[in-house]
Amino acid sequence: MPRRTDLRRVLVIGSGPIVIGQACEFDYSGTQACKALRAEGLEIVLVNSNPATIMTDPELADRTYVEPLTVETLSVIIERERPDALLPTVGGQTALNLAVGLAEAGVLDRFGVELIGASLEAIKVAEDRLLFRQAMTSIGIDVPDSGAAHSLDEALALVKVVGFPAIIRPSFTLGGVGGGVAYNLDEFRALSSRGLSMSPVRQVLVEQSVLGWKEYELEVMRDVADNFVVVCSIENIDPMGIHTGDSITVAPAMTLSDKEYQRLRDLARRIISRVGVETGGANIQFAVNPADGRVVAIEMNPRVSRSSALASKATGFPIAKIAAKLALGYHLDEIPNDITRVTPASFEPSIDYVVVKVPRWNFEKFPDADRTLTTQMKSVGEAMAIGCTFKEAFLKGLRSLELGRSAWLWRSGWEDDEGEELLARRLLVADERRIWRVFSALERGWSVDRIHDITKIDRWFLVQFEELTAMALMLKAHGRGAIAPDVLGRLKRAGFSDQEIGRLSGRDEAAVTSDVRGAGLRRAYKRIDTCAAEFESFTPYLYSTFADECEAAPTARDKVVILGSGPNRIGQGIEFDYCCCHAAFALREEGVETVMVNCNPETVSTDYDTADRLYFEPLTLEDVMAIIERERQGGGAVSCLVQFGGQTPLKLALALHQAGVPLIGTSADSIDLAEDRKRFSALLSRLEINQPASGTATSRDEAREVAASIGFPVVVRPSYVLGGRGMAIVYEQAALDRYMRGAVDASPGHPVLIDRFLEDAFELDVDAVADATGAVVIGGIMEHIEEAGIHSGDSSCVLPSYLVAERHLETIRDWTRRIARALGVVGLMNIQFAIRDDVVYVLEVNPRASRTVPFLSKATGVPLAKAAARVMLGRTLADLGLVDDLPVTGVFVKTPVFPFVRFQGVDILLGPEMKSTGEAMGCGATFGVAFAKAQSAAGQTLPDRGTAFISVNDHDKPTTLPIARELAALGFTLAATRGTAAFLAAHGLPADVIYKVNEGRPNIADEVVNGRISLVINTPLGRASFFDDRALRRAAMMHGVPCITTLTGAAAAVSAIRAMRTDVSAVRALQDYYAGSAGHS
Amino acid sequence: MTLRCARLALEDGSCFEGVGCGAEGVTSGEVVFNTSMTGYQEILTDPSYAGQIVTMTCPEVGNYGTTALDAESRRPFVAGFIVRECSPVASNWRSAAPLHDFLRAHHIVALAGIDTRALTRRLRAGGVLRGAIGTGDVSVGTLVERARQTPPMEGADLVRTVTCAEPFAFALSPDAPVHGEAGIATDREFLLPGRSSGAPSPGLAGRPLVAAYDFGMKWNILRRLAACGCALKVFPAATPAAEILEARPNGVFLSNGPGDPAALPYVVANLRALIEAGVPLFGICLGHQLLALALGGRTFKLKFGHRGGNHPVKDLETGRVEMTSQNHGFAVEAGSLPPDVRVTHESLYDKTIEGLRHRERPVFSVQYHPEASPGPHDADYLFGRFLSSLRPD
Repeated sequence: MPRRTDLRRVLVIGSGPIVIGQACEFDYSGTQACKALRAEGLEIVLVNSNPATIMTDPELADRTYVEPLTVETLSVIIERERPDALLPTVGGQTALNLAVGLAEAGVLDRFGVELIGASLEAIKVAEDRLLFRQAMTSIGIDVPDSGAAHSLDEALALVKVVGFPAIIRPSFTLGGVGGGVAYNLDEFRALSSRGLSMSPVRQVLVEQSVLGWKEYELEVMRDVADNFVVVCSIENIDPMGIHTGDSITVAPAMTLSDKEYQRLRDLARRIISRVGVETGGANIQFAVNPADGRVVAIEMNPRVSRSSALASKATGFPIAKIAAKLALGYHLDEIPNDITRVTPASFEPSIDYVVVKVPRWNFEKFPDADRTLTTQMKSVGEAMAIGCTFKEAFLKGLRSLELGRSAWLWRSGWEDDEGEELLARRLLVADERRIWRVFSALERGWSVDRIHDITKIDRWFLVQFEELTAMALMLKAHGRGAIAPDVLGRLKRAGFSDQEIGRLSGRDEAAVTSDVRGAGLRRAYKRIDTCAAEFESFTPYLYSTFADECEAAPTARDKVVILGSGPNRIGQGIEFDYCCCHAAFALREEGVETVMVNCNPETVSTDYDTADRLYFEPLTLEDVMAIIERERQGGGAVSCLVQFGGQTPLKLALALHQAGVPLIGTSADSIDLAEDRKRFSALLSRLEINQPASGTATSRDEAREVAASIGFPVVVRPSYVLGGRGMAIVYEQAALDRYMRGAVDASPGHPVLIDRFLEDAFELDVDAVADATGAVVIGGIMEHIEEAGIHSGDSSCVLPSYLVAERHLETIRDWTRRIARALGVVGLMNIQFAIRDDVVYVLEVNPRASRTVPFLSKATGVPLAKAAARVMLGRTLADLGLVDDLPVTGVFVKTPVFPFVRFQGVDILLGPEMKSTGEAMGCGATFGVAFAKAQSAAGQTLPDRGTAFISVNDHDKPTTLPIARELAALGFTLAATRGTAAFLAAHGLPADVIYKVNEGRPNIADEVVNGRISLVINTPLGRASFFDDRALRRAAMMHGVPCITTLTGAAAAVSAIRAMRTDVSAVRALQDYYAGSAGHS
Repeated sequence: MTLRCARLALEDGSCFEGVGCGAEGVTSGEVVFNTSMTGYQEILTDPSYAGQIVTMTCPEVGNYGTTALDAESRRPFVAGFIVRECSPVASNWRSAAPLHDFLRAHHIVALAGIDTRALTRRLRAGGVLRGAIGTGDVSVGTLVERARQTPPMEGADLVRTVTCAEPFAFALSPDAPVHGEAGIATDREFLLPGRSSGAPSPGLAGRPLVAAYDFGMKWNILRRLAACGCALKVFPAATPAAEILEARPNGVFLSNGPGDPAALPYVVANLRALIEAGVPLFGICLGHQLLALALGGRTFKLKFGHRGGNHPVKDLETGRVEMTSQNHGFAVEAGSLPPDVRVTHESLYDKTIEGLRHRERPVFSVQYHPEASPGPHDADYLFGRFLSSLRPD
């Protein structure tokens, strides 16, 4: 049956800012869907508040709205654009919830918009745990005993039935937020209360625990003719009890017999039919009792998901693309398989390799967070690895995480000090180090059975780990002598890197590499072809292994290898993947063959049709050099692009350069010049450009000396970091000593950078593109809303700048050009400036793509990364029509989003260490409107009325006055702590006095919990009252009350509240913004 | 598990070096590949693989061990077995023995540690090849020679090596023990209930009797027919049609089996007689090919066959697509069938014939395996269809 002809215009909703549990996999799926729908001639109206997505590139849709993902905004867009249908299944939980909201608000009916991909009924049955449970029971499928509670009393009644341990799952939250496992009544009370308050519908499901059962997922698809396929099965190494996003997972399932697997397949088919997903994909999770095979269905997502992105990458079967076509009415057998070309999409991929996904956590940024892994997802990213065997894929996966020393599985020293008892306890209560502890136990000689009894990890996996451990210990015992070729062959085939072999045998990596070559061991590349080689593959989607037959078949064309950014982490996420994709698009348009290397399954860059050739490989020197060498054998010139993937490829730049790999764009020496503090300081001095006084130190005494000469406060940080890792502001010597002790212990020999901290300065970010002729085009000067001291990634920023004097902007433009030329930048460059006491300083220069490139590109309509990639190939900016600095029409605000809600016990205060996971963009005609929209898009809806609570330190009091006055004028009731209230009263502003947390009760935290406060303005009051403030901020966050911790932020919020009174509902498509400016292409 | 070197040599002279993971010795056969990701034990014990060395494309094999409950016949019939990795342990509640023990106990020579994808690509590109596996010190030259001496599959009657010696009866009753009749183990946990799509035809009293020709029948066919309510009597492949008719069956089933259908004229003659007699017939795999021959069609050898659990087949009558389990090296030639036979199913991979039905007579067959085991259960409705075609007593 051909597709439906009654649909002309489709609304696609994205998933908004990157948060834990909802990352760039939805850009991957949304982008695929948009492309697939457009290829069918449909018009696309796209809404997503995340500017760092490929899907919001204006050429992917007819109408692109970077607007807040709220029912109100979408209603306005629907009214204006009149789509025939809404596809809600490619934008994660966000899009699904919005679809329900729009349907229930009557908006879809009013404007005749049909839900395609999943019906309202299907969404509700799948999402409402009670309905799901009833549906499963009605078709005879077991589910864990459970019930829904709307109050603590109801929950307590339920737990009597289901028993302990009990799982608490708040309804309609993302990635298990607010859920957990309770082992006793006290824990149960706490978790239930939290869950009830976090569920938007005040409902929790209390569920019988199947902790320790094996956990499986099936990625399935169904078409309107009831054809059904399983795309992939996934087995979690970490059994039930740990969120699948926090589990190491394997595809295909490893420990199910055919009888058991087919039973799951049959159940999946019945479930998708019963839930009523008629066209599209779904993810179904099962728990299987390892003792008797009993199966229970856990949940079903009637949409594409993180797992479906993983399954697509693991099999080569593009689930989101196919789902979009099915939603149009195509049958599976009418859609061709891109990879084989001759076979249809109605088949089940057969894979002849093993795929392992390993999560990446960022707990080091949240030292106070509870690291226990439970049903609430805490990881921020993941790496996927492909190998011919499980062992090979597993070791590749671990090295893809880029954890440095802490990734070492054996003799790492990390867990060595643990006694047996402590080790056993830590194996039982899993945290992010559990897999390393399993290896530590194996290294100590613990039996597989003993470890299995504690962890419930399937023995099959433990035996694999035991075999790896035996090899590692053999190597360790072997010592420094040359390793016999057959032993080396076994090690390499098992996935050991040259570096690991070197470390374990006490030799250096280069010596091992040369032994591997000497032994004639060759890395071969195999194709991911969906069919286990049954048909020819036309798509060069490759992974490495050690074997004789290589299928890489490099062409003779000249090519550029683009190094991606690896697993998402705070500080290095989707923004860099966006840039890498743009590089691939631009270079392809320039007629150069593109080769992508990356190991992040969530991304668009690892879609097999983004670059000409895709290597799904770890981003280490060994893995990357092997690819480059193989590609060179095709005969064309091979160069490498390291500027766009963040710190991951940049770290390899020097080594690649030394190995004779040409880098396109800015030279390795220039990169080093910008990264090397001493060289860089000298350069700025020569250019007579201001910089804060600075120095470097490798010891406590050196640090004291530097601080004495430049004066406190200082900013301290390790060299070569991204996202402000380990960065701190230090006000006095004792704190400096403490910092140095920690830093020197962590990485002896590496210098610590010490800069004078410019208190109360404004900060600005500049992104520019420079070409080889010395031409420089500034993409934009973005002004941070929060003052200096807060990491740029955590600061809201606005384009164009709104409080900076023109003469300073002139200085900034001039210095940007001079620095670009002096460094010899060819490509992208980012500079951070600060202005203090009317003086401009340069804080930092990064000769690479920055986090703000996609934001700027969306605001200006000029794809900067593409332009940079072309320039790096030798084009001039003038060739590209880029002469003047880029203008914007309108005001664009970028606002970060934070993961605090998932991390119990973590303070939400911002500082020099980046903590945000993603960002949203607000666009408007005025700063107030843009800021209000950005806040709303980031999930922080500013109040229109109510009580504003103000508690600020003495230093901030005078600046608070105009803010308080404005709030009062807007009709807010003011409330404050005693000191602040007195200050306000003295200036004619009456404010209710509320107790601080430790002053008595009811205090401000009580008032927040009771819903009496609608806005909190709280600047840090110093160490003494630190915990007092913290309880307040925590309460505000948990109850969704906006809590603003900087006065510049407060001023911006107040102007936004004012703006909301007038024109909150104005929306504008990017295409209209660009029509208003003389945008280039 | 000690690792002993072993190798595979092909008739084209190429060689793959690995380690042994089964019995010691030398074996030879036609080398084929199977893309199923589960179900190695069912594959090993499927008699249709007689004379063949089976390569699994799935890289990790043996993980969940082996159990008598998953046997598809009385012993493994493969000539040899090739995997990338053979699990040193079995990790599954159903397992009775690890795979390598099972292979050794049944004297199956097996090879692990080779690049199975390279071998598969060679077979795909050049078609199936004869090969020989040897463990220990046997030379490549000897193995290549052995491979070349292996009789080709075309013209081979392998059915006589796998069919049952004597007729036997099989039924499942609600109170039957797990180990059913004729030594056929049945795992009730995984015995699908009879599907509602197959209401017995009117006029059938009690349990209809199906006579099954055993050309190398997989036991799951018996289990499925029995679960649908049939009583079964299984006959050796060479049983004359008259003897079958004497049993007064309500229908006759033609099983799967190994080798070239064209090498079985004695079976084809019996099938013609049964068709003439108007008995309802249902054939699977080799049974389907033999039925086609009996109806006047021709068969041919596929380049590298269909072996796996993910083959899409379209039901041309309903438009539905089924994921099917397949294992065949021969197929019915398109256009060779007389006008009173219609093609009901086709492969969406290569458009070959996957099912046919006589326009007037109660005769139909499929090339693939509705009994699954291993593989998806999508085509299970065909047993119901057979049930409703059975003639009254």
